[in-house]
Amino acid sequence: MQILEVRSLKKSFDNTEVLSDISFTLDEGQTLSIIGSSGSGKTTLLRCLNFLEFADSGLILLRGQKFFDANDAADRSDKAVREKTRHFGLVFQSFNLFPQYTALENVCLAPKLHLEKGSKEEERAIEEEGRILLDQMGLSDRMDHYPHQLSGGQKQRVSIARAMAMHPDILCFDEPTSALDPELTGEVLRVIKGLAAKNTTMIIVTHEMSFARDVSDEIIFMDNGVIVEKGPAKDVIDSPRNERTRQFLENYSRNA
Amino acid sequence: MLATVTATLLGGFLTTLKLFALTLLFSLPLGLVISFGSMSRHAILRLPVRFIIWVVRGTPLMLQLLVIYYGPGIIFGNPFWNGLGEGRFIAALVSFVINYSCYFSEIYRGGIQSIDIGQYEAGQVLGLSRSQVFFRVILLQVVKRIVPPISNEIITLVKDTSLARVIAVYEIIWEGQSFIKGAGIIWPLFYTGVFYLVFSGLLTLLFGYIEKKLGYFE
Repeated sequence: MQILEVRSLKKSFDNTEVLSDISFTLDEGQTLSIIGSSGSGKTTLLRCLNFLEFADSGLILLRGQKFFDANDAADRSDKAVREKTRHFGLVFQSFNLFPQYTALENVCLAPKLHLEKGSKEEERAIEEEGRILLDQMGLSDRMDHYPHQLSGGQKQRVSIARAMAMHPDILCFDEPTSALDPELTGEVLRVIKGLAAKNTTMIIVTHEMSFARDVSDEIIFMDNGVIVEKGPAKDVIDSPRNERTRQFLENYSRNA
Repeated sequence: MLATVTATLLGGFLTTLKLFALTLLFSLPLGLVISFGSMSRHAILRLPVRFIIWVVRGTPLMLQLLVIYYGPGIIFGNPFWNGLGEGRFIAALVSFVINYSCYFSEIYRGGIQSIDIGQYEAGQVLGLSRSQVFFRVILLQVVKRIVPPISNEIITLVKDTSLARVIAVYEIIWEGQSFIKGAGIIWPLFYTGVFYLVFSGLLTLLFGYIEKKLGYFE
């Protein structure tokens, strides 16, 4: 079943067009990876989906319903955005964990603040779920650690748990392993693979081509703000149809 | 003699402490409000606030005391602050609060602007409101960063209170000086230094403790 449809999304910064006419769809339970060189617009696309940027024009539909219309000012109000943003989770390249909270507190902060009344039982239930999430991330012995006491890979796994605690419909990753030492990327990629195996709907911006090939159902290749190629993951990586995709992948494997 | 002098100086030091504590009580929160004004997206708010900060930081505190004490009387044509000790104390307090709020606001602004934008974005994508992001995520990180410059400013305030004597607030220096005219001795004036030293020593310990308390995160 289709969960997300993006229609003709456009975004410019100071007269430079970063996204020009982006359209794609995503089915529930599928993993979509977005690849492309720096400056191709893939991070901006993710930020538009999470309302950290507003698209200049275009439409986002969720489960077939109009979700965000760039031309409707009401969709940009603080309150509307706060409501909408909960449908998307975002895992940042640089983690952005809250340093003054422990791993568990990082995971539980937002769900607790969203409680209407916040009774003790509700808070306990959230903490219990936070523990389960961190346990799934392989961090059962790190729950009470502060971010500065964790390795990069552990921090990123906490931030994945933090995003999941809000039960987003779609979980987005913005180059989740780019800030990690090479020997730490594996543990994060394994966790994301585990989520894919459980049919979590995900959009992943990544530079890890073999990972994208293995984990994704579909891959989008972006260049200069347009989707150049979209198709089943193995097809795009192993036998790209477009010349630019081929060049990008060749350069990539030469440098990797 | 020492006992009499100590008792008199203690009386003056009580006024010093009162001025110190009340200044902090009002200027620490007011500084935060001013810092928001100085960071406002709206120029109509930001520019006047920055102008006031420029004036307050760009002129001597002693001059500000004199302007606040005598200025309103000149403009409104009659004594604005009642000439008794109470009126002079309030005039001094107002001057100190204005002056220190502006200095604190610049420290807050520096602290707030030093926080990584990613912290705001992380809060936003988790659906937190602006005020939740500020009070639950940003504020404590700002506090941790500004404890050293704020403590510096607070220790300066301890000694700046002595400026209040220019409008005849009977703080400790005033009392120490009174022994020159009254008893022909100058050592009580020098002795006042001990009171300042002990008090700022205690404050240094307190700030060290707070810094240590906030050391649990980075």
